[in-house]
This record gives sequence, structure tokens and C-alpha cells, in this order.
Amino acid sequence: MERIPILRIGSLLLVTIQVDLYDDLALQLQDDLSTRIADLGATGVLIDISALEIVDSFIGRTLANIAAIARVLDAETVVVGMQPAVAITLVELGMSLPGIRTALNVDLGMEYLRQAATGGDGVGTDHYAE
Amino acid sequence: MIKLLKMMRDNQDRILTDWLDGLKASARRRDLIGDVEVKEHARKILTLISNPPPNTVLEDFSSEGWQTVRDQLMEISISRVAHGSSPSETAQFLLSLKPVMFKLIREQLTTAPDELFREIDVTNNFVDAMALHIAESYIQSRDKVIARQQEEMLELSTPVVMLWDGIVALPVIGTLDSSRAQMVMESLLHAIVQTNSRFAIIDITGVPTVDTLVAQHLLKTITAARLMGAECILSGIRPQIAQTIVHLGITLNDVVTRSKLSDAFRLALERSGRAVVQKAGQAPVVAPVAGVS
Amino acid sequence: METVSEQIITRSEILPIRTQIDLVHVRQRVRTWLSEERFTLIDQTKIVTAASELARNALEHGGGGQMEMSLLAVGARKGIRLKFSDQGPGIADITMALKDGYTTAGGMGLGLGGSKRLMSEFDIQSSPGAGTVVTVTRWK
Repeated sequence: MERIPILRIGSLLLVTIQVDLYDDLALQLQDDLSTRIADLGATGVLIDISALEIVDSFIGRTLANIAAIARVLDAETVVVGMQPAVAITLVELGMSLPGIRTALNVDLGMEYLRQAATGGDGVGTDHYAE
Repeated sequence: MIKLLKMMRDNQDRILTDWLDGLKASARRRDLIGDVEVKEHARKILTLISNPPPNTVLEDFSSEGWQTVRDQLMEISISRVAHGSSPSETAQFLLSLKPVMFKLIREQLTTAPDELFREIDVTNNFVDAMALHIAESYIQSRDKVIARQQEEMLELSTPVVMLWDGIVALPVIGTLDSSRAQMVMESLLHAIVQTNSRFAIIDITGVPTVDTLVAQHLLKTITAARLMGAECILSGIRPQIAQTIVHLGITLNDVVTRSKLSDAFRLALERSGRAVVQKAGQAPVVAPVAGVS
Repeated sequence: METVSEQIITRSEILPIRTQIDLVHVRQRVRTWLSEERFTLIDQTKIVTAASELARNALEHGGGGQMEMSLLAVGARKGIRLKFSDQGPGIADITMALKDGYTTAGGMGLGLGGSKRLMSEFDIQSSPGAGTVVTVTRWK
């Protein structure tokens, strides 16, 4: 079966979604990431969705699940590169994805995860203001 | 019938002169549209009416043969809208043709009262049809102009400015209706991506009122920005608007707010690891204000 | 002077919704049409997302079905209509099903209500045992 590749950089895991995500593929990614986080003792997961043209409620829910599972396994998740049109649509759909950390791009996402690993204040945007 | 068209062809110069004289006598505002242009319009219309395609009758203005006339009227209406003529002035331009034509017909047909009456009736109806057509065209042309201007205004009214590396601001001025709020939202989100800005300040000092719909749009924009990885700060909420927001039961709990744009900017600088400091040994620079020592 | 323009269908296509891969095809075909017809990027994203939600509903709750997409023209105005039909168990309480958070399949229950917000027009016909037909339209 087709799989989305997961890259390891130090204690961080990096996923770049570049294919049209069908439901089983998204669930497969959720499984694979859970296993890799536990096996490697990863401290952070970065998911780059800049190439995704849509995020529907299923994909949104999968992203939220991945973040929740990672948190249980003591890893931070940051979702980066969501396109403006995708963000507007998600909000209109009624999904604000509370609890998911976001960043504008891979660089800022990595910076956030590194700081989070060393206990510093992050550069990502969380969903609880002040 | 054919006689009438021939009559027009034979007397074209005279009709034109009389028509233009009539127009001059009426209270036309010569500052809006030039005499040369009016003459040109009148000449074109007369030529087209006098030389229609075969089997085209004056009794039926909606027929295929008069398409060129209708097109010409549309063109004139566009020019009239551009010059700022009123709809009645535009219609008057054609209606002024009536007395000229009636006079001519009466001279030519004094001996045939039945024919005289019929030709006057036909001419009357034809000129009326043209006047109605140009009035309709005028409204269509003006609607197009209004639609275009609205679009341009929407674009003009949502400037996103870059305050600092990584900090953009959107000063919203004027009433936010649904379509404008949508536009504001889109341009801010695109600016965030283009300038790679982690902070976006939405300043609503220039927004006169905030209702539930506007507040919802603002909240949606802020949420969408967060999903993309940027943080919004809402500034410039005037006391009356703060009261309205509370009165409407809208919760802005999850939104960072500051009363002034400068406070919001300071917060964004701080959050991005920067600070504004006063240099040692230097007094803060203040622009001189007249009358204050 | 002008009469009320009639609504005409300028283009039409039927796509099956039997598997998850069909769902991806539905998204891609809708996207292709919309970009050919020059819908704005935001509109494209909203419509494709709504199509994805409704196609998934037909697959998960209706046991599969089909989507008929039609391009509409009313005078100079263009629109797209998507009609999803399945032969599933149907919905007993439509008002309830349209509420955010209502779910029978363990999802977040944003499918129907969310799609309604993303489109200009929304119509649902269903009764227990008779399947479900959801028709959505969005004008340019």
C-alpha cells in the first residue's frame, strides 16, 4: 500500500504531504507517525501541508488526532503552510482545529519545535491567546 | 412611408441644423458635453435612420433593420454617462428631433391631411421608441460604471501595510458589509503569506459600527490566520463599539485586543523578541507642535 | 426590455462514488471543471471541500452512489450544481442531521451543515429506506 514518507531530523519527524490524501492514506499516516514517535522517542512532529489544495473535515480530524496522540507520547506537533483559501474554507466549514500548533512555513515550524524541546517560548501560534 | 425616409434623406442637412438649433435653445448644459460631439451624434443617428436596410419600416423599431441605430444609441448613452449628463437630458436629445420632423412633414404634406396625420403619428412613435431605448441604455451603462467603481473601491479600501519585518497591519476604514469583509479577509491572509508575517494587526478605528455579522467576519479572519500560523491583534476598538460588542453577546475571549494601534504594534514587536528602547543620554524626539512650548 | 433568463445546463457529467479512490476522483474532476470555468481560488476550494464532504457522506452512510455535476448558466451568470444520490438507509430527522456536531459514524458531524455553509444553495431529500439526494449549487 502507498505510504507517506516520514523523515527524521535529530529528534524531530518531518512529513510533507504532496499527494491527494484519501482517507485510508491519512489513517495510515496517523498509525505510522504514532509508531515512529514511540520508537524514536521523537520530541516533535512537523507536518507540511502547503501542497494540500483542500482540507476537509476528515483530514482536519486526522491532523487533530495526530497532534493529540503525539501529545500523549510527549511530542509536540506543528502543522505548517496552510494556504489562505484552505484556512478560510476550514473556518467556514466550522473547524478551527483547537489544540493544533501552526506555523507559516517549515523554517518557523522547526524553530518552534526546537525551542519547545528545550523548554523555550515558541514562535508558533497556539490557539490560546495570552 | 418610403416617402418619409426619402424626405429625410433629401432634407438631411436642414433637419440636422434645425435639430441642433433646437438643442441649443433648450437648457442644455454645454459644460458637460461639447457641441462638436452632440453634432456628430446627431449626424450619425440621422444618417442611420435615413438609410436603413431594405424592407425596414419606421413602424417597428424593434426589428432587425434598426439594430445599427440601437447600437449607435447605446454608444451615445455610454458617452453621455461618462460626461455626466442626466437621463432626461439624454432622452431630450432625441425628443428634440420631433418638432423639427413635424415641421418638415407639415410643409411637405399640407395638401394631404390624412397622410400628414399618419406620418406625424409614425414619426412620433419612432422617436419615442428611440428615446426609451436610449434611456434604458443610459441606465445599463450607468449600472456598469457603478459596478466597476464599487469593485475599484473595494480594492482601494483594503490596503495591507507592512509595519516591520514579520508584522503587517490592516487599517479598516468605513462600514464592513459582507462582501467587503470577505475581501478584507482574503487580502490580509494573502499579505501574511507574501510577507511571511507572523503577526497581523487589524485596526478598526475607522469602522463606525460593529454588528454581529461584522464581528463574526473578524473572528473568522483571526481564526483563519491562526490556522496558517499567524497571530492577529485587534486594535482601535472605540468605547461605543466595545459596548455594542458586549451588548450583542459576542465573545472576543480568544482574541488579543489593544485599544490603540501603537500598543498592538508594541505587543507584536515584543512577541517577536524585539523591544523599543530610549537611547541613553538622548531625550525622546518629539515633533514640534505649534502653540506648545 | 429584457426577459427573465432561463436556467440552462451547459455541461454535465456523472461520477461514481463506490470507493475512497472515487472520492479523490470526484475532488479532482470538480477542481478541473472549476478552474476551466475560472472560478476564484477561494470558490474552488470551498466547492471542492463541500464535494468531498458530501461524497464521503454518500459513501459512508449511503453505501455508495453517484455524483452528477452540471454547469449552469442564467444569462451571463454561471454556477455549478452537484447532486449526490445514494440508495442507503436514508435520514429520518433531516433538521437534526443538519446540526453541527450531529454524527452517526463517529466523525465530527460537520459534513452536511458545513457543506451548506460553503455553498449558495442546499437541498436535501430523504426518508428512511428511500436513500438520500443532496443537491448543492454555488454561483460565481
